[in-house]
Amino acid sequence: MNENEVRSSKRAYLAGPYALWIAVFTILPLIVILKYALTGADGHFTLDNMTAIFSPIHVKAMWFSLKIAVGCTVFCILLSYPMVLAMKHLGLGRKSFSLFVIILPMWMNFILRILAWQMILSNNGILNLFLTKLGFEPVQIANTSAAIMIGVVYDYLPYMILPVYTAIMEINEDLIEAAKDLGAGSFTVFRKVIFPLSVPGLLSGTVMVFVPSMTSFVISDILGGGKLQLIGNVIEQEFTTGNNWNMGSGLSVALMVFVLISMAFTVKNEDQGRESVIW
Amino acid sequence: MKRFAKAGKKLIAAALTLAMCLPAGGCGGTEIIGEITVINYGEYLDPDMLDKFTEETGIKVNYEEAITPEEMYTKYRSGAINYDLVCTADYMMEKMINDGEFQEIPWELFKYRDNIGDKYYEFCRAFDPENKYSLPYFWGTLGILYDTTRVNGPVDSWDVLFNGEYSGEIVMQNSMRDTFMVALKYLGYSINTDNPDELREAQQLLIDQKPDVQAYLVDEARDEVVAGNAIMAVVYSGEAYLGHEYNNDLAYVVPKEGSNVWIDCWGITRNCEHPEWAAAFLDFLCREDVATVNFEYIYYSTPNERVIEGLDDEQRADASLVPPEDATDNCEVAVQASDEITALMNDLWKEFKSE
Repeated sequence: MNENEVRSSKRAYLAGPYALWIAVFTILPLIVILKYALTGADGHFTLDNMTAIFSPIHVKAMWFSLKIAVGCTVFCILLSYPMVLAMKHLGLGRKSFSLFVIILPMWMNFILRILAWQMILSNNGILNLFLTKLGFEPVQIANTSAAIMIGVVYDYLPYMILPVYTAIMEINEDLIEAAKDLGAGSFTVFRKVIFPLSVPGLLSGTVMVFVPSMTSFVISDILGGGKLQLIGNVIEQEFTTGNNWNMGSGLSVALMVFVLISMAFTVKNEDQGRESVIW
Repeated sequence: MKRFAKAGKKLIAAALTLAMCLPAGGCGGTEIIGEITVINYGEYLDPDMLDKFTEETGIKVNYEEAITPEEMYTKYRSGAINYDLVCTADYMMEKMINDGEFQEIPWELFKYRDNIGDKYYEFCRAFDPENKYSLPYFWGTLGILYDTTRVNGPVDSWDVLFNGEYSGEIVMQNSMRDTFMVALKYLGYSINTDNPDELREAQQLLIDQKPDVQAYLVDEARDEVVAGNAIMAVVYSGEAYLGHEYNNDLAYVVPKEGSNVWIDCWGITRNCEHPEWAAAFLDFLCREDVATVNFEYIYYSTPNERVIEGLDDEQRADASLVPPEDATDNCEVAVQASDEITALMNDLWKEFKSE
């Protein structure tokens, strides 16, 4: 063992507290969920809880979740690139301020923010008050899938902006200069240089936006008025009103498998031979 | 909000009582002949009444509180404290009666049992068929909270939720059992039905109603009506009373087809060694003056008919406090459904939600 290896094996102990944390609060619960998922109410082994994901009701909820998740991811990407490109050329102070503004909402409790959206979007809400004051017709957004979409995009946007921002800020300015010297226009520079080099950030942003929006249930309950059912709502209901923990766990595991597969697919296809950065 | 203010006032009153008692070395000089241990919901009895009881009878009351029936049950089962008296919800009474946790209430020792109206004992028969174990304490209903300025006619039937007249202005409960109850009652069935066809019919009704429903909410249902975002919502009477406090145009009705009633009851546990003391306490709670103080402390519907007679006209006209006779005639207490029916209802609910 050379000195470096000794040092790194010593440093591995530093990960101890975190490893313990993960073991107790992530691995252990996962094992419990898996145990529930693979047993029926009578305690015998069964795969029924997991295959139940293919029943029409669950497929419908899954499909709706997928639409919300994909839509949310696309909107977040479309919103974050222009934002980041705009921030790129700001001075240090204004750059930090922009970042601060993006992170600011995350200081507040998530449920409160969603309840605030409910007040904005409701029939007699702030938005409609504003529209009618300006002489427009009030809009019916509350309790529709549009409201859910607004909620998830609003909530998860920072998780897209931040990794994309980090990736783009890391790009060496010389590369962009070189491209320009060789006659590339702004769009070509973006297409050929900036975007490909930002892909790792884009990927981690996608993971951080796609997965939670796929599995959320509070947003759809509050902003969707309980009329629209995401797979997260189905699972929650199995645990609460249904009192069927086995089914709830089975659906959770099936959902996890689905998410893992779709993530593996994205990463494999777009792997640029570089580790993706989270922040 | 109001309840907090009230609690604060009570705290001051309690402190003053304590201050006045201390120099004298005991209130009124009553000799303590024994003690009972009681567990109740928080803020579900005026604490002054405990001192009053001790003063009158010489029985000391060790008073414990729990927030939910489940918490009460956990405390009770842990056995750390031997409770003599328990106050809890109908479904928990059902469970504890079935588990043999209660002893028969010695009704012969009661002087004020008949202050509680017969129909409330009738409600209790859903889980206590011979009225052996439970004394009704407070109760409430599921009904419709609506904005009187925005309805086109009288609201006295579940029909307003299903006839399409208030399309887009209705808030339903996002709770399986409560929402099925509304549909079952509208169709004229029992809320405790074990007939799958009736449940399916109720589901179809709810599916047909769904386009007219603005949202399915739980805690926010009341607020949506208060804020004017919806004209009507299905809520429990306690919520409705609070809604009324915020907005005077609101009214609450228990539809004539009937509804669900919940009822909180007292029971004497099997561990109670002096049921006569426990009974004395329960009888005390039934007495008109004590029941009135407790009613004014809690503002839920009281089963005590002497108290209702003493209310002013405005309070008596408030259906969230005193539902009219004919409305509660068709009301039922929800009892625990069998596992198969629960599973079926769960599937039907899921199907309905995914429509």
